[in-house]
Amino acid sequence: MKLFTTLSTIALCAIAQSALAEEVRIYNWSDYIDEDLLDQFEAETGIEVIYDVFDSNEVLETKMLAGSSGYDIVVPTGDFLQRQIQAGAFQQLDLSKLPNHSNVWDLIEARTAQYDPDNAYSINYMWGTTGIGVNVNKVAEVLGDDAQIGSLDLIFNPENMEKLAECGVYFLDAPTEVIPAALAYLGEAPDSQDPDVLALAEPLLTAVAPYVAKYNSSEYINALANGDICVAFGWSGDVLQARDRADEAENGVEIAYNAPSEGALMWFDQMAIPVDAPNPDAAHAFLNFILDAENMAAASNYVYYANGNLASQEFLFEDVIDDPAIYPDEATLENLYTATPYEPRVQRTVTRMWTKVKSGT
Amino acid sequence: MNIARRLLITVPYAWLVALFLVPFLIVFKISLSDYAISIPPYTPTLELEEGWPGFRAFWAGLDFENFVFLSEDSLYIKAYWSSLKIAVLATFFTLLIGFPFAYAIANAPQEWRPSLLLLIILPFWTSFLIRIYALIGIISNEGFLNQFLMWTGIISDPLVIMNTNTAVYIGIVYTYLPFMVLPIYATLEKLDGSLLEAAQDLGCTRTSAFWSVTIHLAKPGIIAGCFLVFIPALGEFVIPSLLGGSRTLMIGKVLWEEFFSNRDWPLASAVAVILLLVLIIPIILFQRNEQKHREQNK
Repeated sequence: MKLFTTLSTIALCAIAQSALAEEVRIYNWSDYIDEDLLDQFEAETGIEVIYDVFDSNEVLETKMLAGSSGYDIVVPTGDFLQRQIQAGAFQQLDLSKLPNHSNVWDLIEARTAQYDPDNAYSINYMWGTTGIGVNVNKVAEVLGDDAQIGSLDLIFNPENMEKLAECGVYFLDAPTEVIPAALAYLGEAPDSQDPDVLALAEPLLTAVAPYVAKYNSSEYINALANGDICVAFGWSGDVLQARDRADEAENGVEIAYNAPSEGALMWFDQMAIPVDAPNPDAAHAFLNFILDAENMAAASNYVYYANGNLASQEFLFEDVIDDPAIYPDEATLENLYTATPYEPRVQRTVTRMWTKVKSGT
Repeated sequence: MNIARRLLITVPYAWLVALFLVPFLIVFKISLSDYAISIPPYTPTLELEEGWPGFRAFWAGLDFENFVFLSEDSLYIKAYWSSLKIAVLATFFTLLIGFPFAYAIANAPQEWRPSLLLLIILPFWTSFLIRIYALIGIISNEGFLNQFLMWTGIISDPLVIMNTNTAVYIGIVYTYLPFMVLPIYATLEKLDGSLLEAAQDLGCTRTSAFWSVTIHLAKPGIIAGCFLVFIPALGEFVIPSLLGGSRTLMIGKVLWEEFFSNRDWPLASAVAVILLLVLIIPIILFQRNEQKHREQNK
């Protein structure tokens, strides 16, 4: 009997403990935060962070649409966010719990409002461009010193790609990123939803497909940094992280990122709270934490992506704020375009085209 | 006694109903609905509180449109076909490698057998994903295999195995080998050695005795092993997506694309229903055939 009492006391204590310990469950992109920030948040608030990562918007969206994901904060990209808001996946932010919200950059808010009207459901975490990462020396070796590494011609011209295939090329496995770029290269409207215009991208992508070693949205960071590949069509900050890792490894690999001169896709990763989040209060606490100017700057300094937080800019390292690959200058900024979500029918055409490009069937 | 027996039988049946039939019916129901931007992303959904009219409206919203679509686009039939081909070949290779393993263990001295079996099972103690990543480290262009072969001077250019169908075969054979070895070993271990002696006494050569006695008696183990490899290999997703190239077409990948990229759960469900039929029909036919054989032999 005594044993029973002891056991049940222990059990009750354990239950009480787990009810007391607050948790916030975050689902973010891989390689996308300085993990020290998570420790700092735990120390400041006493809320435990459970942090999971993904590497494609599609995976996130499927979890959101299935419902009861169990996450308190998720980070979809603008066009995906828009559709998920439409499906009723998110709850409106309570600005009274976000005193640091005054730090946001109105220029970015104006652009994210096209996905999330009035920015009622989300805050901008990071934004960036989709472009070309190159291993400078290897590309010069294959194509000569005057290779146009800042042009889409590098990756969409089969002649270049045939030579580059020797040293390895990875593309993002994301039709919503690659097809707009193909259309920009052809001089068409990148965010076109017209099936006839979209169809123009197919022969172009099919022609270079044999020379693409892999379509993948996360492996190119390491592959570029190790020198396994020489060209990646990928996200700005990821390429810059590869540059950073190569520098640290001192392996002689020199990486450069360029937003294509023909125009580059500008995307926004937005933090939002699912409608069925188990702990929306903790989620707001985390959002407020990340909206803090110094914390946001620390995040950007680590991942090499620009953020939507104006106040954070004074805390950014010089090699972040002054790097036009991260914070583009006026001229590049004008050359950026944004994407809009595809209609379901168009989405099917796009995915089918993507499968056909990748698999030949 | 009779009641107790029946109760005993209901356990596996209840298991089948709860974990196979009910999920299958749910998937089948989704395959008859249509895509929608909502949570969950399909319509109609069955609202129990709306009662009979709600059920009628739900019923009216179901159709076989998705199955018609599957037959119209050649992608799906090609993906099923290519998966079947990969699964059959991979099963064959696994048998080719697994049988000698099992045979050798069964014929090893009694005291060695537990350790040899342990060696077969040992890789299972490591996570499946880690084993696949280890395989990537071995077969990639700058992996151990190529480095070794180039060091010995056998080849001058690295063998391109990674991101091809060959890598998928290697992955499947490696991952599923224990599923082939263990059932075959179980049947070979029970094999009575005197039967082989008898066969040889009656004029069989060693080879023909092996074929007509050993293989014949190991058949249940071989069949069980082949099923254990073939069924998961057919719907395999992780191995082709990590080891295979963009040209590796398998139904698991197509299913993923439908589910994740197109967010079209109804169509993805239709693909899954057909996959199940592709698997189940041959197995049922096979079992019927076996049963007939057994009855004839009686």
